[in-house]
Amino acid sequence: MNAFKFLVAAYVATWLIHGVYIGTLVARFRRLRARMRELGKGQ
Amino acid sequence: MKKIFPILPALSAILLIYASYQALKVAPTDALQGDVYRIIYYHVPSAWTAFLLFLINFVASITYLVWRNDKSDVLALVSAEVGVVFCTIVLVTGPIWARPVWGIWWAPGDIRLTSTLVLWLIYVSYLVLRKFSTSAQTQVMAAALAVFGALDVPLVYFSIWFFRTQHPQPVIGGGGSMDPRMLHTLLVSWLAFLLFAFLVCWSRYRLELLKRGVERAEAMESLVGAGAAATTSLPLGRSPR
Repeated sequence: MNAFKFLVAAYVATWLIHGVYIGTLVARFRRLRARMRELGKGQ
Repeated sequence: MKKIFPILPALSAILLIYASYQALKVAPTDALQGDVYRIIYYHVPSAWTAFLLFLINFVASITYLVWRNDKSDVLALVSAEVGVVFCTIVLVTGPIWARPVWGIWWAPGDIRLTSTLVLWLIYVSYLVLRKFSTSAQTQVMAAALAVFGALDVPLVYFSIWFFRTQHPQPVIGGGGSMDPRMLHTLLVSWLAFLLFAFLVCWSRYRLELLKRGVERAEAMESLVGAGAAATTSLPLGRSPR
Protein backbone atom coordinates (compact mmCIF):
# COMPACT_ATOMS: atom_id res chain seq x y z
CA MET A 1 0.00 0.00 0.00
CA ASN A 2 2.87 2.32 0.85
CA ALA A 3 4.43 1.71 -2.59
CA PHE A 4 1.10 2.62 -4.21
CA LYS A 5 1.52 6.16 -2.84
CA PHE A 6 4.78 6.46 -4.79
CA LEU A 7 3.03 5.33 -7.98
CA VAL A 8 0.29 7.93 -7.51
CA ALA A 9 2.90 10.59 -6.66
CA ALA A 10 4.84 9.88 -9.87
CA TYR A 11 1.72 10.05 -12.08
CA VAL A 12 0.46 13.23 -10.37
CA ALA A 13 3.91 14.86 -10.61
CA THR A 14 4.08 14.09 -14.35
CA TRP A 15 0.74 15.77 -15.11
CA LEU A 16 1.47 18.62 -12.73
CA ILE A 17 4.68 19.42 -14.65
CA HIS A 18 2.88 19.21 -18.01
CA GLY A 19 0.02 21.32 -16.63
CA VAL A 20 2.35 24.04 -15.35
CA TYR A 21 4.19 24.16 -18.68
CA ILE A 22 0.96 24.35 -20.71
CA GLY A 23 -0.23 27.05 -18.28
CA THR A 24 2.86 29.14 -19.05
CA LEU A 25 2.23 28.68 -22.80
CA VAL A 26 -1.36 29.92 -22.40
CA ALA A 27 -0.16 32.91 -20.32
CA ARG A 28 2.47 33.76 -22.94
CA PHE A 29 -0.14 33.53 -25.70
CA ARG A 30 -2.48 35.88 -23.77
CA ARG A 31 0.30 38.43 -23.25
CA LEU A 32 1.13 38.26 -26.94
CA ARG A 33 -2.51 38.80 -27.89
CA ALA A 34 -2.64 41.86 -25.63
CA ARG A 35 0.49 43.23 -27.33
CA MET A 36 -1.11 42.59 -30.74
CA ARG A 37 -4.22 44.53 -29.65
CA GLU A 38 -2.01 47.42 -28.51
CA LEU A 39 -0.25 47.35 -31.87
CA GLY A 40 -3.60 47.36 -33.67
CA LYS A 41 -4.75 50.42 -31.67
CA GLY A 42 -1.55 52.28 -32.50
CA GLN A 43 -2.05 51.92 -36.24
CA MET B 1 -1.78 20.37 -41.27
CA LYS B 2 -4.49 22.91 -40.44
CA LYS B 3 -7.19 20.38 -41.36
CA ILE B 4 -5.88 17.55 -39.17
CA PHE B 5 -4.75 19.77 -36.29
CA PRO B 6 -8.21 20.02 -34.59
CA ILE B 7 -8.53 16.22 -34.31
CA LEU B 8 -4.99 15.68 -32.98
CA PRO B 9 -5.66 16.96 -29.41
CA ALA B 10 -8.69 14.65 -29.15
CA LEU B 11 -6.66 11.73 -30.53
CA SER B 12 -3.82 12.52 -28.14
CA ALA B 13 -6.20 12.66 -25.14
CA ILE B 14 -7.81 9.32 -26.10
CA LEU B 15 -4.39 7.71 -26.58
CA LEU B 16 -3.11 9.05 -23.23
CA ILE B 17 -6.22 7.77 -21.41
CA TYR B 18 -5.87 4.39 -23.15
CA ALA B 19 -2.15 4.23 -22.28
CA SER B 20 -2.87 5.08 -18.62
CA TYR B 21 -5.59 2.42 -18.51
CA GLN B 22 -3.18 -0.14 -19.99
CA ALA B 23 -0.47 0.94 -17.53
CA LEU B 24 -2.64 0.81 -14.42
CA LYS B 25 -5.08 -2.03 -15.18
CA VAL B 26 -4.02 -4.27 -18.07
CA ALA B 27 -0.24 -4.64 -17.68
CA PRO B 28 0.64 -7.43 -15.23
CA THR B 29 2.10 -6.69 -11.81
CA ASP B 30 5.84 -7.13 -11.48
CA ALA B 31 6.80 -10.15 -9.38
CA LEU B 32 9.59 -8.32 -7.52
CA GLN B 33 8.52 -4.68 -7.33
CA GLY B 34 4.74 -5.02 -7.22
CA ASP B 35 2.60 -2.18 -8.58
CA VAL B 36 5.17 0.56 -8.08
CA TYR B 37 7.04 -0.64 -11.19
CA ARG B 38 4.15 0.91 -13.21
CA ILE B 39 6.04 4.22 -12.94
CA ILE B 40 8.05 2.78 -15.85
CA TYR B 41 5.15 3.63 -18.21
CA TYR B 42 5.64 7.36 -17.53
CA HIS B 43 9.35 7.42 -16.67
CA VAL B 44 10.82 5.56 -19.68
CA PRO B 45 8.60 7.09 -22.45
CA SER B 46 9.38 10.55 -21.02
CA ALA B 47 13.11 9.77 -21.20
CA TRP B 48 12.86 8.50 -24.80
CA THR B 49 10.82 11.56 -25.80
CA ALA B 50 13.36 13.90 -24.17
CA PHE B 51 16.22 12.16 -26.02
CA LEU B 52 14.35 12.49 -29.32
CA LEU B 53 13.66 16.19 -28.70
CA PHE B 54 17.33 16.84 -27.85
CA LEU B 55 18.28 15.03 -31.07
CA ILE B 56 15.91 17.32 -33.01
CA ASN B 57 17.52 20.27 -31.20
CA PHE B 58 20.96 19.02 -32.30
CA VAL B 59 19.96 18.69 -35.98
CA ALA B 60 18.14 22.05 -35.98
CA SER B 61 21.15 23.76 -34.35
CA ILE B 62 23.54 22.37 -36.96
CA THR B 63 21.12 23.41 -39.71
CA TYR B 64 21.02 26.92 -38.21
CA LEU B 65 24.81 27.13 -37.95
CA VAL B 66 25.19 26.11 -41.60
CA TRP B 67 22.31 27.97 -43.28
CA ARG B 68 21.25 30.58 -40.66
CA ASN B 69 17.65 29.57 -41.27
CA ASP B 70 15.26 31.33 -38.85
CA LYS B 71 12.83 28.39 -38.74
CA SER B 72 15.64 26.01 -37.72
CA ASP B 73 16.45 28.36 -34.85
CA VAL B 74 12.80 28.34 -33.72
CA LEU B 75 12.69 24.53 -33.98
CA ALA B 76 15.89 24.28 -31.91
CA LEU B 77 14.44 26.52 -29.20
CA VAL B 78 11.11 24.68 -29.09
CA SER B 79 12.62 21.18 -29.01
CA ALA B 80 15.00 22.19 -26.20
CA GLU B 81 12.21 23.74 -24.14
CA VAL B 82 9.83 20.79 -24.45
CA GLY B 83 12.78 18.39 -24.03
CA VAL B 84 13.61 20.04 -20.70
CA VAL B 85 9.99 19.52 -19.58
CA PHE B 86 10.20 15.78 -20.35
CA CYS B 87 13.68 15.52 -18.81
CA THR B 88 12.33 17.19 -15.65
CA ILE B 89 9.66 14.48 -15.47
CA VAL B 90 12.39 11.82 -15.75
CA LEU B 91 14.36 13.45 -12.92
CA VAL B 92 11.25 13.73 -10.72
CA THR B 93 9.69 10.30 -11.35
CA GLY B 94 13.07 8.51 -11.12
CA PRO B 95 13.69 9.30 -7.43
CA ILE B 96 9.99 8.65 -6.62
CA TRP B 97 10.47 5.17 -8.11
CA ALA B 98 13.91 4.66 -6.53
CA ARG B 99 12.77 5.36 -2.96
CA PRO B 100 10.55 2.26 -2.50
CA VAL B 101 12.72 0.00 -4.70
CA TRP B 102 16.31 0.98 -3.76
CA GLY B 103 15.51 2.49 -0.38
CA ILE B 104 17.12 5.80 -1.40
CA TRP B 105 15.92 8.79 -3.42
CA TRP B 106 19.18 9.31 -5.30
CA ALA B 107 22.37 7.29 -5.73
CA PRO B 108 25.21 9.85 -5.52
CA GLY B 109 27.92 9.24 -8.10
CA ASP B 110 25.77 6.91 -10.21
CA ILE B 111 26.73 7.62 -13.84
CA ARG B 112 23.20 7.27 -15.26
CA LEU B 113 21.64 9.58 -12.72
CA THR B 114 24.47 12.12 -12.75
CA SER B 115 24.72 12.29 -16.56
CA THR B 116 20.93 12.79 -16.79
CA LEU B 117 21.13 15.64 -14.29
CA VAL B 118 24.03 17.16 -16.27
CA LEU B 119 21.97 16.81 -19.47
CA TRP B 120 19.08 18.68 -17.84
CA LEU B 121 21.45 21.40 -16.58
CA ILE B 122 22.99 21.83 -20.06
CA TYR B 123 19.61 22.42 -21.69
CA VAL B 124 18.40 24.66 -18.84
CA SER B 125 21.61 26.71 -19.42
CA TYR B 126 20.76 26.78 -23.13
CA LEU B 127 17.28 28.20 -22.37
CA VAL B 128 18.69 30.71 -19.84
CA LEU B 129 21.25 31.85 -22.43
CA ARG B 130 18.53 32.34 -25.02
CA LYS B 131 16.26 34.22 -22.63
CA PHE B 132 18.69 36.61 -20.99
CA SER B 133 21.55 37.18 -23.44
CA THR B 134 21.34 40.52 -25.24
CA SER B 135 24.20 39.76 -27.63
CA ALA B 136 23.51 39.83 -31.37
CA GLN B 137 25.27 36.43 -31.50
CA THR B 138 22.96 34.72 -28.99
CA GLN B 139 21.44 32.36 -31.54
CA VAL B 140 24.89 31.25 -32.78
CA MET B 141 26.20 30.76 -29.24
CA ALA B 142 23.07 28.81 -28.27
CA ALA B 143 23.39 26.59 -31.37
CA ALA B 144 27.06 25.88 -30.55
CA LEU B 145 26.13 25.03 -26.94
CA ALA B 146 23.38 22.72 -28.21
CA VAL B 147 25.83 20.85 -30.46
CA PHE B 148 28.17 20.18 -27.52
CA GLY B 149 25.26 19.52 -25.15
CA ALA B 150 23.95 16.80 -27.44
CA LEU B 151 27.15 14.82 -26.81
CA ASP B 152 25.76 14.02 -23.36
CA VAL B 153 22.71 12.22 -24.83
CA PRO B 154 24.62 9.07 -25.97
CA LEU B 155 26.56 9.15 -22.69
CA VAL B 156 23.28 9.05 -20.74
CA TYR B 157 21.80 6.35 -22.97
CA PHE B 158 24.81 4.01 -23.11
CA SER B 159 26.07 4.61 -19.57
CA ILE B 160 24.18 1.60 -18.23
CA TRP B 161 25.92 -0.63 -20.77
CA PHE B 162 29.45 0.56 -20.12
CA PHE B 163 29.47 1.34 -16.39
CA ARG B 164 28.37 -0.41 -13.23
CA THR B 165 25.33 1.49 -12.08
CA GLN B 166 22.44 1.23 -9.65
CA HIS B 167 20.05 1.94 -12.54
CA PRO B 168 18.45 -1.17 -14.16
CA GLN B 169 19.63 -2.39 -17.57
CA PRO B 170 17.72 -1.13 -20.66
CA VAL B 171 14.29 -2.68 -21.20
CA ILE B 172 14.84 -2.93 -24.95
CA GLY B 173 18.09 -4.10 -26.54
CA GLY B 174 19.82 -4.71 -23.24
CA GLY B 175 19.63 -8.50 -23.30
CA GLY B 176 16.90 -8.62 -20.65
CA SER B 177 13.43 -10.02 -21.19
CA MET B 178 10.10 -8.30 -20.70
CA ASP B 179 6.56 -9.66 -20.64
CA PRO B 180 4.97 -8.91 -24.07
CA ARG B 181 1.99 -7.20 -22.36
CA MET B 182 4.39 -4.93 -20.48
CA LEU B 183 6.31 -4.16 -23.67
CA HIS B 184 3.06 -3.44 -25.54
CA THR B 185 1.94 -1.03 -22.78
CA LEU B 186 5.33 0.66 -22.76
CA LEU B 187 5.23 1.23 -26.53
CA VAL B 188 1.61 2.48 -26.40
CA SER B 189 2.61 4.92 -23.63
CA TRP B 190 5.54 6.15 -25.70
CA LEU B 191 3.31 6.65 -28.74
CA ALA B 192 0.84 8.62 -26.58
CA PHE B 193 3.60 10.81 -25.14
CA LEU B 194 5.14 11.31 -28.60
CA LEU B 195 1.85 12.59 -30.02
CA PHE B 196 1.36 14.81 -26.96
CA ALA B 197 4.94 16.17 -27.30
CA PHE B 198 4.35 16.85 -31.00
CA LEU B 199 1.22 18.86 -30.19
CA VAL B 200 2.96 20.87 -27.47
CA CYS B 201 5.94 21.51 -29.79
CA TRP B 202 3.63 22.59 -32.61
CA SER B 203 1.77 25.05 -30.33
CA ARG B 204 5.06 26.41 -28.97
CA TYR B 205 6.44 26.73 -32.51
CA ARG B 206 3.41 28.78 -33.64
CA LEU B 207 3.68 30.90 -30.48
CA GLU B 208 7.36 31.66 -31.13
CA LEU B 209 6.69 32.61 -34.78
CA LEU B 210 3.85 34.87 -33.63
CA LYS B 211 6.09 36.46 -30.95
CA ARG B 212 8.84 37.20 -33.47
CA GLY B 213 6.24 38.68 -35.84
CA VAL B 214 4.93 40.97 -33.09
CA GLU B 215 8.47 42.01 -32.15
CA ARG B 216 9.20 42.90 -35.78
CA ALA B 217 5.94 44.88 -36.01
CA GLU B 218 6.76 46.73 -32.77
CA ALA B 219 10.24 47.55 -34.06
CA MET B 220 8.74 48.85 -37.31
CA GLU B 221 6.18 50.91 -35.40
CA SER B 222 8.82 52.49 -33.20
CA LEU B 223 10.89 53.29 -36.31
CA VAL B 224 7.88 54.85 -38.04
CA GLY B 225 7.02 56.67 -34.78
CA ALA B 226 10.56 58.01 -34.49
CA GLY B 227 10.44 59.13 -38.14
CA ALA B 228 7.10 60.88 -37.61
CA ALA B 229 8.38 62.54 -34.43
CA ALA B 230 11.45 63.80 -36.30
CA THR B 231 9.21 65.21 -39.08
CA THR B 232 6.81 66.93 -36.68
CA SER B 233 9.67 68.37 -34.66
CA LEU B 234 11.13 70.13 -37.72
CA PRO B 235 8.94 73.26 -37.53
CA LEU B 236 9.69 73.56 -33.84
CA GLY B 237 13.36 73.39 -34.66
CA ARG B 238 13.20 76.51 -36.88
CA SER B 239 14.83 79.57 -35.53
CA PRO B 240 12.41 82.45 -34.75
CA ARG B 241 12.34 85.36 -37.18
